[in-house]
Amino acid sequence: MSATPSAATTATPVAATQSGAVALWWRNLCYVFGENPLSAIAAGLFVFFILLAALGPWLVPYDPLASHVGDPLSPPSAAHWFGTDALGRDILSRVVIATRLDLGIAVAAVALSFVVGGLMGAFAGYFGGWFDRISTRVSDTIMAFPLFVLAMGIVAAMGNTVANIVLATAIINLPFYLRVARAEVRVRRDAGFVEAARLAGNGELRVLFHHLIPNILPPMMVQISLNMGWAILNAAGLSFIGLGVRPPEAEWGIMVAEGAQYIVSGEWWIALFPGLVLMLAVFCFNLLGDSLRDLIDPRRRT
Amino acid sequence: MIQAILKRLLGAVPAIIGVVIVTFVLTRALPGDPAAYFAGPAGSTEAIEEIRVKLGLDRSLPEQFVSYVGDLVRGDWGNSLTTGQPVLAEIADRLPASLELTLVGLLLAVVVAIPLGVLAATRPGSWIDHLCRGITTAGVSLPTFFTGLLLAYVFYFLLGWAPSPLGRLDPYATAPDFVTGFYLIDSLIAGDLETFASAAKQLILPAITLALFVLAPLARMTRASMLGVLSADFIRTARASGLRPTTVLFTYAFRNALLPVLTTLGMVFSFLLGSNVLVEKVFAWPGIGSFAIEALVASDYAPVQGFVLAMALLYVLLNLLIDVAYGLVDPRARLEA
Repeated sequence: MSATPSAATTATPVAATQSGAVALWWRNLCYVFGENPLSAIAAGLFVFFILLAALGPWLVPYDPLASHVGDPLSPPSAAHWFGTDALGRDILSRVVIATRLDLGIAVAAVALSFVVGGLMGAFAGYFGGWFDRISTRVSDTIMAFPLFVLAMGIVAAMGNTVANIVLATAIINLPFYLRVARAEVRVRRDAGFVEAARLAGNGELRVLFHHLIPNILPPMMVQISLNMGWAILNAAGLSFIGLGVRPPEAEWGIMVAEGAQYIVSGEWWIALFPGLVLMLAVFCFNLLGDSLRDLIDPRRRT
Repeated sequence: MIQAILKRLLGAVPAIIGVVIVTFVLTRALPGDPAAYFAGPAGSTEAIEEIRVKLGLDRSLPEQFVSYVGDLVRGDWGNSLTTGQPVLAEIADRLPASLELTLVGLLLAVVVAIPLGVLAATRPGSWIDHLCRGITTAGVSLPTFFTGLLLAYVFYFLLGWAPSPLGRLDPYATAPDFVTGFYLIDSLIAGDLETFASAAKQLILPAITLALFVLAPLARMTRASMLGVLSADFIRTARASGLRPTTVLFTYAFRNALLPVLTTLGMVFSFLLGSNVLVEKVFAWPGIGSFAIEALVASDYAPVQGFVLAMALLYVLLNLLIDVAYGLVDPRARLEA
């Protein structure tokens, strides 16, 4: 497994900084995947979910919103692999279509908190002073709440829409990005290469954006991948209690909620399949996050 | 020690102020005009204006904030529109149910997670280590509301071992006399074993659901911190000095390894209180979480605000308790304070 890349690096010993780095990275990747075969499964699952989200509408056998495509509450069969719900809608189609919405909410929320939290943290870590104090206070205040409860409060106050679910999920994740960015910028603020950049006549903002921020991206990436699964869970939890996504829409959390009342009378398939797929998605992102962390920052392995 | 605790109490003040400010902002960010809402669809412009003055909405924000804090301190958290009761009384009434569930869930998680983490750390690479890894990765991926449903399906519908997942007691039992509000404790005080059994049966599935979710971070942290401590020099010295392995493991290693685990407990409480809401909905548990969900569905905002505030204060309090426990476990923390 490791023989080929190392042979490649010795074959081109001189001009190899770029390709050598790639080869090393590749070897690390192989090592991490070899060490933990689950990572490879997770990577496969990841591709699968991305395909579902991208191609969902062309893959589904039935219209996810159309009722009476089958008999109501019929168990899984050849025609309806995951069965049908109380309105006779095809659960497989609904589960597949929901992928885009669920992943979309999570990606949007994580992207928002990555950009806002990352920038705030980088500014706070670099310049310090009042901005640092305020942003630290803000993130401490957010962390003083049980996060899911705060998200409920935000959605309740700002209005029950999908956009507000994204916003609430972004707000509760903000402190994590802020802290990582602040800490990573702080330790590098007075490093040699930063001093050199400053002495070369770069302005403070240019030093921050061209020299520091690119260097804190790897730990931020790890934070993102560790955070994705939790963002999906959070969004699904909010819609499970009736926030955000409105009923006819297909979304995993709300589908589990719709199936909840039938599970005590034995119609297990309505809640089971969306729940399983949700679990699988979160599991896949968590595993990938762990692998990415092992790859980028082996010291944080637990 | 008392001085240290007082100091910690003072340290919680900024967090409480922050929490109150956020809930105030959330109250003001209500969708629509509260005055128009209270006046009803038939309310005339003058009536709305009158209510606005009565609610204090015509005053400046700082003034409103002062009166908001005054109301909170006096215990006036608003009234629930659906039940007509004061929010604070409703929350106080339902809090024991939520606390009982949360604490039993936490207890279950700790009882399983800490030995699991310790065993995994002392036998790296063994089957128990792999089990620990599997559980910790799978555990954080479980949507609590889904595991709860699954458990209810298997143990109530298929096996019939658990009672129907509705509420704290089966419909024929009567609640024990109120002492602590915890049915498990109150029924024991009353000497009523039948009620105790009934309450325990109702509690076990939701508590396991909660425990499954928070087990993962606890076990993971215990394992990691035990591994770190076990490879430290002072452990080698203790072993070389011929101390018994159990002494080394528990007195030397475990006590030191406990500190990061206690720190993790803060995050664990955040998870617990959050997923508590979901579990309460699944098992129709009459706690403050299901109270808040009912209010949310009815667009009744005062209870939701009260719920967010109560949960946040509870969380600050729990973190305070963790700090105090930290001082008990680690003498250095006591000296610093």
